[in-house]
Amino acid sequence: MIRILLPLIGLALLTVLPNYISDYGLGLLIGAATYVTLASAWALFSGQTHYISLATVAFYGTGAYTVAVLNEALPYPAVLACAALIGGAMALVVGLSTLRLQGVYFVIFSFGLAELTRQLITWYEVNVTGTLGRYIFLDITTRQIYWQMLALGAATLALTAWINRSRLGLALRVIGDDETVAAHSGINLARTKLIAFVLSAMILTLAGAITSPRYVYVEPAIVFNPTVSFLTVIMALLGGANRLWGPALGAVPLFLAFEYLSSNFPDTYPIFLGLLFIGVVFLVPNGLLAKLETLTARKAPQTKEART
Amino acid sequence: MLMTTLILGLVLGGTYALLALGLTLQYGIARIMNLAYGELTLAAAFLVVAFFQGAGLSPLLSLPAIALAGYGAGWLLYQVMMRPLVARSGGSGRLEVDSILATFGLLFLIQGVLLVSFGADFTSISYLDRGVSVLGVSVALNRLIAFGICILAGTALVTALRTTSWGLRMRAVALTPGSAPLVGIDVNRVARQGFALGSALAAIGGASVSMYQTFSATDGVVFTMKALVIVIMGGVGNVPGALAAGFALGLLETFVATAIDPGLTLAATFAIFLAVLLWRPQGLFGARS
Amino acid sequence: MSFLSIKGAVKQFGGLRAVDGVSFTLKKGEIVGLLGPNGSGKTTLINLVSGALPATAGEIRLNGQRLTGLRRDRIARAGVARTFQLVRILPSLSLIENVKITAVFGHNAHWGRAAERVAREALEMVGLSDRAEAQAGDLTYIDQKRLELARALAAEPEILLLDEWLAGLNPTELSEGIDLIRKLHQGGLTILMVEHIIDAVRALCPRVVVMNSGQLIADEATDAALSDPSVITAYLGGEVDA
Repeated sequence: MIRILLPLIGLALLTVLPNYISDYGLGLLIGAATYVTLASAWALFSGQTHYISLATVAFYGTGAYTVAVLNEALPYPAVLACAALIGGAMALVVGLSTLRLQGVYFVIFSFGLAELTRQLITWYEVNVTGTLGRYIFLDITTRQIYWQMLALGAATLALTAWINRSRLGLALRVIGDDETVAAHSGINLARTKLIAFVLSAMILTLAGAITSPRYVYVEPAIVFNPTVSFLTVIMALLGGANRLWGPALGAVPLFLAFEYLSSNFPDTYPIFLGLLFIGVVFLVPNGLLAKLETLTARKAPQTKEART
Repeated sequence: MLMTTLILGLVLGGTYALLALGLTLQYGIARIMNLAYGELTLAAAFLVVAFFQGAGLSPLLSLPAIALAGYGAGWLLYQVMMRPLVARSGGSGRLEVDSILATFGLLFLIQGVLLVSFGADFTSISYLDRGVSVLGVSVALNRLIAFGICILAGTALVTALRTTSWGLRMRAVALTPGSAPLVGIDVNRVARQGFALGSALAAIGGASVSMYQTFSATDGVVFTMKALVIVIMGGVGNVPGALAAGFALGLLETFVATAIDPGLTLAATFAIFLAVLLWRPQGLFGARS
Repeated sequence: MSFLSIKGAVKQFGGLRAVDGVSFTLKKGEIVGLLGPNGSGKTTLINLVSGALPATAGEIRLNGQRLTGLRRDRIARAGVARTFQLVRILPSLSLIENVKITAVFGHNAHWGRAAERVAREALEMVGLSDRAEAQAGDLTYIDQKRLELARALAAEPEILLLDEWLAGLNPTELSEGIDLIRKLHQGGLTILMVEHIIDAVRALCPRVVVMNSGQLIADEATDAALSDPSVITAYLGGEVDA
């Protein structure tokens, strides 16, 4: 009961929070909510299966770009739906061609996917439409963007919680441990991975679509910034990518830290990011939540491990 | 026109082949998927430029030192960073994920250091920048020299792997790391050598890139991407395959850049990559199942 | 009458025929030992039946259903369960989860309480039910083997393929293991087991099939096979009188 009640109370508090903070604070809040959503959606696929996707911004950027292209042609909800469908279709194509192979092929492909998408869109805009860069004029307030992102983040967490208890979640965890065993136990590897990857990609694309009005001016070099992909990965890993709340736990402090670093130390920022990756791999390979659990388990060896 | 594309493509392909060779050694022998590979290349390129501009040292003279430094850096990286991960994984699939994430961190670390030390601007030097006629096509001498270096280093490596007992040990570990110890091979040692040698090739590749190409501190990822695609096209761990695929990609890119649009070279690379993944995931030249 | 039928199975690796035209059948409820020297193609044959490797030629049927050409997961759902020569468990899952997966995704596709019950029964069968919630990564070797068998059982399979499941056990564990397999057989399960421990084969299997260099060289009663000169020659190497 408390597991459902606490998040709901938290969500209610977060919903009314914009009434009490400055515009700058609201901007930070949107950023934090966006990264919680991105990291949780990323973990929905990569956290359980250990297929490291470096393509987050390929979907995020596609979402933003879809809004930029369609915002004057279609009503807003239809634009969002289109974005989600396009993201899903992209994931389907990428997944069908790479997910039946070893994980490393997928990693490499996802590594270049954002750059590929950026180049293709740039080429198309320059050569076919003749304009690079588009404006987004939508009648959406900053608060509405925040609420939408909050809703998407909450939906992502709820979906993850549901998947964790479903057959799909069990199948994903088995795949993450040993694909051979998974297949010989009757799990359809390709379909399982594909479903999770497409779901995750649709959320990532929606997140990009929802934040896009904040950019006002959109061009490929802006919305396909690879740093978004890398931050998402490290946030989820830091908190614990195979836990429900792990990605959120990693996303909030890291988002704030990177906001601070990128404005105050723009040059040394990559060094910090690099050290963080290396630190996580060596010190907390399973995330902070798992670390916390082993620490408390050592104190009280009899407590049953809660796995959510 | 066609001849120009062909020759320029082959010259570019030489560098690619060398870069891919180093990466395939690291992945094939040491089992480390090194995403910071392009950054090692760039670091070498920047060092060559620094020596050239600071001390007037010709790139050809600094090349041996750079190659040695690359070997040393690779050796150290394997010992300090990769070895603990290998030991921790105990042969499980965990190593792949760990090495990807750790070298990903290394990517940013080196990139950050390069940015701080050399700035974000494009760098190039003018070195032996006069044209030489090759089969009626004017090619810059520096490109030809870079090509020569790549051919020399590549051939030497392939010959060594084929004919020496050292090469036999390397190939044994690449094929069956599990059973190599049974015949008295120190897998850790061989893996370390493979990784170090791969880094040395990255450094040589970087040095040759610096002679003829403009580059910036954030370009490493592109080198890594291309090297990875070539490795997969050639078949992971397949040395002649990597060489052939490197030349193929050099030709393809030059062709796309001259005939279609220079902005689509990466898209072309990826199209090939996708085609290989769909039809021959074991590589164009590999027969391993 | 035949329940599992293997007809002219071939597996070619490059120039090597690891399985070279093997044919035999199993009746329902039968327990058969699959023998042969190292490298004779036993594990490859198991891999063909379970779909781990696609057959180059030949046909394998279970209860009339064609298995050749199906994906591994489809074959598992058709009722084939297996263990692995090098034990494979899922280290980050608990024991009960390890076992539950075949109950959920396998032959009968249970969910919820039914899956839980099947998994518990399988753990009970191998004697691990008191540690159902422990992490599988912490188990000893013998317990990992037990867990793997429980996972195969929770699939409620039509046929169980054991790939040297008894290897590496000490004498006490071995006799427990033999008793366990006998119990499964008496419960009506069809079992094909690759095994090197001849005493275990004698104790469990009235009939054996013997492979050498990819070919079937004997398919007969266990005692007859073990005194068959061609089988003895295969085990001792081809140059006995050289």
